[in-house]
Amino acid sequence: MSAIEHPLPFASWESRGFWEGAGRGELVLQRCEACGLVQHRPRGVCAHCLDGSALTHFTASGSGEIYSFTITEQNQAKGFAEACPYVMAYVKLDEGPRLLTVIVDCDPDDVAVGARVVADYVSQNRDDAEVFAVPVFRLG
Amino acid sequence: MTTTAFPRGAAIAGVYEHPSRFSPNKTEFQIMAESAKGALDDAGLQRTDVDGLFGASMSMGLMGIVDLAEYLDLYPDYLDGTNIGGSSFVAHVTHAAAAVSAGLCQVALVLYGSTAASNSMAIGTGGTGGSRNPDSAFSAPYGMTTVGSYATYANLHMDTYGTTSEQLAEIAVTMRQHASLNPRAKMRNPITVNDVLDSRMISRPLHLLDCCIISDGGGAVVVTSLERARDLAKPPVQLLGCGEAVQHQGVGYSDILTIAAKQSGARAFEMAGVKHSDIDLAMIYDSFTITVLATLENLGFCPVGEGGNFVSNGGIALGGTLPVNPDGGGLSSNHPGMRGIFLVIEAVKQLRDECDARQVPKAEVALAHGTGGTIGDKHSGATLILGVDR
Repeated sequence: MSAIEHPLPFASWESRGFWEGAGRGELVLQRCEACGLVQHRPRGVCAHCLDGSALTHFTASGSGEIYSFTITEQNQAKGFAEACPYVMAYVKLDEGPRLLTVIVDCDPDDVAVGARVVADYVSQNRDDAEVFAVPVFRLG
Repeated sequence: MTTTAFPRGAAIAGVYEHPSRFSPNKTEFQIMAESAKGALDDAGLQRTDVDGLFGASMSMGLMGIVDLAEYLDLYPDYLDGTNIGGSSFVAHVTHAAAAVSAGLCQVALVLYGSTAASNSMAIGTGGTGGSRNPDSAFSAPYGMTTVGSYATYANLHMDTYGTTSEQLAEIAVTMRQHASLNPRAKMRNPITVNDVLDSRMISRPLHLLDCCIISDGGGAVVVTSLERARDLAKPPVQLLGCGEAVQHQGVGYSDILTIAAKQSGARAFEMAGVKHSDIDLAMIYDSFTITVLATLENLGFCPVGEGGNFVSNGGIALGGTLPVNPDGGGLSSNHPGMRGIFLVIEAVKQLRDECDARQVPKAEVALAHGTGGTIGDKHSGATLILGVDR
């Protein structure tokens, strides 16, 4: 079992705030100042107002709890095949929305629905030599 | 029994399940064409009678339905290449009935063909290599697989309601039991609950035998008006009710345990004006054992959280409370990537009393529910309630 080689997330202008935040070691979410919605994944508009003019970015706490998870024993994709078993999970952030992630550096048997987790950031080199970071979570 | 949704009455006049489970020397379109011939023969219709064409496949993309029309040398008045995953063909039957009922076409042909097995396609466990699509940037880095998504659902269900792996295994055992009665099923040797639990873990808590098989195959369905169907070769099977729905992550807050079937099923039951106890058999998309449990609960066949008991002790076997997938389902008969069309085909054959050893006695009302995409994440659901003509 080796560490996951995370495939490259390609950012669009809609999601740039999130990925740039990850590069700084911050979990960045969007809030619509018009209706108060905190949404993930990021969009060019508030999904409820259908208008992006009141959308802002803010740095979330990076804390949350496991909504659900699976211990992946088989994935044929490069970067994951060698890392099996790994824990893929949905984390419900304290700010409200849920996101998909992996739980790293843990005994899979210690992972449970409702367990508290905190964000960490894994930096990797991209094939075009740009350094990027992927938010992952740890128990704690 | 009347149907208010389709004032002229809509019916399935012909069906055909391609017998192949492995066809390395055929193309998707060839399987679709052979299936079209089978279903038109079944109905007593000709290729030239077709004026509505519906279809989807694993590889049909932009203009795919136009490519299919060309392959079959058809010039239909109505085209629908809706692709909402494995449930597409259940939805196509609804769309075809609406088009026929509105007078936009008279004879609608719904087609599916696949060479998933001979292409060695890793449908469930090949998830998310790198992608240059920014829309997948929030899943691709995390190793999401199809089976993994269903596994997150299963884990949450187990944590919330105490559902067990043994209960999920009962579903696989029943499907295999049914497949042993279906001469065309790919996997026919009996299995036990322990066989399922001892099989290799793929994505906890789902084992290898909790997962559907991968086969080649295809099929076809002919939809026309009830009036016309009454003059054709086989007894018509009437559309009584239908519904479609989606479930997804929303903006990060949706209740993932509530699947699309809840919305589509409620609509279909309301339209059909039937009760759950009126359903003689259910064809439930069984990509994984958990798919069946989640769908039965969300369709309302048992209270949410009690699916584990409902499927145990032969509850969904032939002769049980609600026979599910008498053909053996995707878990044991066939699963060529998108299975929705077989749900409709088997329901029709059962209602026509053509199923020999696996026949549900005196079947008059059947439900088919297709799931497309991944439960646990975003998916579509399409429900059909079908009945004998009376």
